[in-house]
Amino acid sequence: MTWENSAITIATLLPIAGALVIALVPRDAEKAVRALGIVFTGAAMVIAIAIAIDFDYSAGAGLQFELDTAWIPAISARYHVGIDGISLPLYVLTFVLSFLCAVYTWRFVPEPGKTKAFLGLMLLLETGMAGTFIAFDLILFFIFWELVLVPMYFLIGIWGSANREYAAIKFFLYTLFGSIFMLLGFLAMFFSSDIGGAHSFDIVALQGFAAGGGFSDTFQLVVFGAVGLGFAVKVPMWPFHTWLPDAHTEAPTIGSVLLAGVMLKMGTYGFVRIALPLLPYGAEKYAPWIGLLAAIAIVYAALACLAQKDLKRLIAFSSVGHMGFVMLGIATLTSIGINAAIFGMVAHGLITGMLFFCVGSLYDRYHTREIAQIGGGLMQKLPYLGGVFAFVAIASLGLPGLAGFWGEVMALLSSFSPAESLSTPLFRAFMIAGGIGTILTAGYFLWMLQRVNMGTLPEKWKGEAFPDILAVEWVSWTPLLVGIVALGVFPSLLTEVTQEPVDALIGLFGF
Amino acid sequence: MNQAIDSTAILPELILSGTLLLVLLADAFLSPNRKWLAMPLAFLGVVAALVATLTLIGEDRTTFGGAFVVDEFAILFKIFFLSVALVVLMVSFRYFREGRFYQGEYYFLLLTSFLGCLIMPSSRDLLMLFIALELVSAPGFLIAAFRKSDPRSNEAGMKFFLIGVLSTAVMLYGMSLMYGVTGSLNLSQIGAALTAPLEQGKETLALAAILFVVVGFAFKVSAVPFQFWAPDTYEGAPVPVAAFLATASKAAGFAGLLQLMFVAFPAQYEFWTPIFAVLSILTMTIGNFVALQQRQVVRLLAYSSIAQAGYMLLPFALVSADPIVNQDAFAAAVTYILIYSVMTLGAFAVVIAMARESRGLLITDFAGLSRRAPVIAIAMTVFMISLAGIPPTGGFWAKFFIFQVAIERGGIGTALAVVMLVNSVVSLYYYLAVPKQMLFVEAAQERPVLAPALVSIVAVLATVVVLAVGVWPELLAHFPPLSTLVGG
Repeated sequence: MTWENSAITIATLLPIAGALVIALVPRDAEKAVRALGIVFTGAAMVIAIAIAIDFDYSAGAGLQFELDTAWIPAISARYHVGIDGISLPLYVLTFVLSFLCAVYTWRFVPEPGKTKAFLGLMLLLETGMAGTFIAFDLILFFIFWELVLVPMYFLIGIWGSANREYAAIKFFLYTLFGSIFMLLGFLAMFFSSDIGGAHSFDIVALQGFAAGGGFSDTFQLVVFGAVGLGFAVKVPMWPFHTWLPDAHTEAPTIGSVLLAGVMLKMGTYGFVRIALPLLPYGAEKYAPWIGLLAAIAIVYAALACLAQKDLKRLIAFSSVGHMGFVMLGIATLTSIGINAAIFGMVAHGLITGMLFFCVGSLYDRYHTREIAQIGGGLMQKLPYLGGVFAFVAIASLGLPGLAGFWGEVMALLSSFSPAESLSTPLFRAFMIAGGIGTILTAGYFLWMLQRVNMGTLPEKWKGEAFPDILAVEWVSWTPLLVGIVALGVFPSLLTEVTQEPVDALIGLFGF
Repeated sequence: MNQAIDSTAILPELILSGTLLLVLLADAFLSPNRKWLAMPLAFLGVVAALVATLTLIGEDRTTFGGAFVVDEFAILFKIFFLSVALVVLMVSFRYFREGRFYQGEYYFLLLTSFLGCLIMPSSRDLLMLFIALELVSAPGFLIAAFRKSDPRSNEAGMKFFLIGVLSTAVMLYGMSLMYGVTGSLNLSQIGAALTAPLEQGKETLALAAILFVVVGFAFKVSAVPFQFWAPDTYEGAPVPVAAFLATASKAAGFAGLLQLMFVAFPAQYEFWTPIFAVLSILTMTIGNFVALQQRQVVRLLAYSSIAQAGYMLLPFALVSADPIVNQDAFAAAVTYILIYSVMTLGAFAVVIAMARESRGLLITDFAGLSRRAPVIAIAMTVFMISLAGIPPTGGFWAKFFIFQVAIERGGIGTALAVVMLVNSVVSLYYYLAVPKQMLFVEAAQERPVLAPALVSIVAVLATVVVLAVGVWPELLAHFPPLSTLVGG
C-alpha cells in the first residue's frame, strides 16, 4: 500500500474513523467533540487537497490514485477506486464544504444539541458523499450512494425545524424508491456484460464493453430508464423534485448546505459517470426528454421561487432551477455541455452552500424564515450579513464575473449546437426556455433582495441586539466567497481539469 | 432388519437429548429459589453439542438406513440452530426467572424443540422430516401458552396448536400420497422416481402430494394465506418464545422445504415454482401492508417476520433447468435465513429488555429511548435499518443476493425482484417507526431503562455481527454456497 493507491481511501474513510472516535468521547466534553469534528474533517480536506496538488493534470482522462482489490468474491464486486478529472473537483468540494460545516458547528449546533451524534452523522455523511465520487465498481458506488440516506434522515429528523419528521421520511422513501431501480439497472448490466467470458461490475471495464457495442439497443433503452430514474430523483429532475423543498427547508443549516452543496451533485455525476458512458444509445434516445425536463425545471423552479414566502424554500427551489441548467448541459451530449455541467455543479455547490449558510445565520438571529416577517432593512441592521447575502444571491443569478455565470452560459451555448444526432431546433427551443429562466431567476433573486435587504427595518427588530457576522462565520465563509470570485474570473481553473476527460468521454461515443 | 446406528453422526443430538433429560431431572430436585440453575445446565449442554457438531465438519455420514444424513448442509444448519439456542437461552434467563414461570419445564421443552431443529436439516426421509417437524412444533405449542394466568397466552398456544396440527395433518396426507406414487419415503429415491415420466393418474397424484406437503410447510413458515396464527401467537406468547418462533422455528421450516424441493421434487419445478411465486408475492405484500397498521411492537415484528418469510420464499420461485441459477438461488435462500435470524433475534432481544416496562409493549413506549438507554436504542436502530435492507447493514446484502439471483434468472425473476424492491421501500416506513420514537420523540419519563446483562450482551453482539456482515458480507456469504444440496 503506497501513497499512490491508498490516499483516496484514507481521505474517504477518515471521517468514519472520526465518527467512531467521537462516539467514545464523553458527552460533557462539548468543546472536545467540536474540535475533533474540525480536526478530522480538516485532516481529510488536507489529504484531498494534497491529492489535487499531486494530480497529473496533463493525464486527466485516465484514472489516477487507483486501487483495485477483491472485496466480495461471492458476487464479483471489487473495491475499485480512482480519481480522474471529472471526479476531482467534486471530490475536493465535498471535503472543503464538510470542513467548513464543521467549523460552523464550533459555534452553532441546532436544537436539541447532542453534538456527538450530530457530528458523527455528519462525518458518516461525508464518507458516503466522497465515496460516490471515487467508486469505480457499480456495487461500491451503490453502497456509498445509499450510505448517505440514513445520516441525512436522522439529521433532518432530529435537528430539523417544525415539519421535520414528514420531510425526513419523504426524503428517505422517495430517494430510496429511485435507487432501487438504479440497483435493478446495475444488476441487469452486470448479467448482460461479457468481459473476458465473465460478468463484471467494474465501471471502466463496462465502459469498454459498451463502447464495443456490447449492450443491445433495447436493453440500453430499458436500463437507461431504470438507472436514469434513480439519478433523476437525486438531482432532482422535474417532476421528481417534490422531496427537495421539504427536505431543504426543514433540515438544519449544515444539513441543507451539504444536501444542496454535494448530495444533489451525486445524481448529476451519476449521469456523467455511469448513465452516459455505459449506455450511450440509451443516452442518445433519452437526451431530448432529459433536455425537455431540464428546460421545464428551469422555468418551473423560477416561477415557484417567485411565489415563495419562506426564504429557505425559495433557495431550495432555486437549486432545482440550477440543476436544470446542469442537466441541460448533460442532455446536449457535447463536450461544452458536460464541461458546463461539471462547472455548474461546483459553482452551485459553492454558491448555494453559501446561500444556505447565510439563511441559517439569518434564522439564528431573527428566528424566522418568513420574508414578510423579516420585513427588510437587513442592510441597515446587519450590513456585513446583508452585503454577503446580496453578493451570493447575485452570484446565484448568474452575474458575469462570478462563478454562477459560466455554468449557465456554457449550458445555453451547448444547447445552441447540440450533438449531431440530436435535433438542433428542439435544443434551441430549450435554450430559449433557459434564457427566459435566467431572466426569471434574476427576477426572483432581486425581488427577494429588495424585500429582505432593502426598505425600512420593521419596528420589532429595531431594538434587537443582533451580532453581525461573527469570526467563526467569517472563517467558514471566506473560502467559499473567494472561490466564487476565483471561479468567476478564472473559469479555466476548473475547465482545464475537466476538459480532457470529458473530451475522452465524448470521443468514445462520437455522439 | 437390524442396522448399526452411526453414533458419531448423531452425537450432537445425543448430547442434546441427554441435556434436556438432565434439565428435567435436575428441576425435580432443585429448591424453588434455585430453579434458575436449569439455564446454565442447558447452556453447557448446548455448548457441548456445538463442539460435537464442529468435530463433524468435513464428514459425510449416513445412518438410520439413509434417513439421517450429516453433510455440509446439515452441519451448517446445526451450527446455526445451536447458536440460536444459546442466544434464546441467554435472553430467556432473566425473563423466566422473574416472571414466575416453571423454569425447568421451560428449558426442557425449549431444548426438545431445538432437538427437532437439529434433526430437521439431516432428515432425508419423509418420516424423519415429519418427526423433526413435530418435535419442533409440539413443545412450541406448550411454551407459547406458558404464561398460564394470561388469557392471551392461552389463546396463543391454542391457536398455534390447532393450526399446527391441521397443517401437519395436511402435510402427512401429502406424504402418504407421495409414498403411494413413488413407493419410497427416502427423498433421493423419490427424486429419482419422479424424474422418470409417470403415467397420467400417478402424475396428478404426485403433483397433488407436492401441493399438500408444501401447504403443510407453508403454515410452518407463516406464508400467506396460512399466516393467521402467527401475529396472535407471537403477541400472546412470552417474548423469548416469540423470538424462538420467529427465528429457529421458521428456519427449521425452511430447512425442511429446502430439502424437499431441491432433493425430492426438483424435477417437478415447472409445477411448483409458480406456486412459490404466488406465495412469495402474497406473503411479502400482505405482511408489509398489514405491518404498516401495527401499533404494538411484538405484532409489528410478527408481521415483519411474515413479510421476511415472503422474501425467503422468493428463491424457490426462481428454480429452473439451469443448475447454476439453482445453486445461486439455494445459496441466496440460506444466506437470507442466516442474516434474517441475527437481525430478528437482536430486535427481539431489545423488546425483551423493554418488556418489563409494560405488558403489550407499544411503539410509543420506545419514546426517548436514545436518552434512557442509548446502547440498546442504537442497537434497535441498526436492526430496524437492517431489516429494511439499507446499506451498510447485513440485511441489505441478504436482499441483494436474492435480487442478484432473480435478475440472473430473468423472466419471472425480474418481476419478482421488482415486487420485492417495492415492498422493501414500503417496509422502510414501518421499520423506521421505532427508531423515530427512540430518536426524534422526547421521553415521557427520564428514568433509565436497565436491561438484563445477558440481553444487552446479545443486543450488542447482534449489532456487531449485522454491521460486520454489512461491511464484509463474505463473513457469512462464504458458507452457504459450499453447503448446497443442488445436484451437479
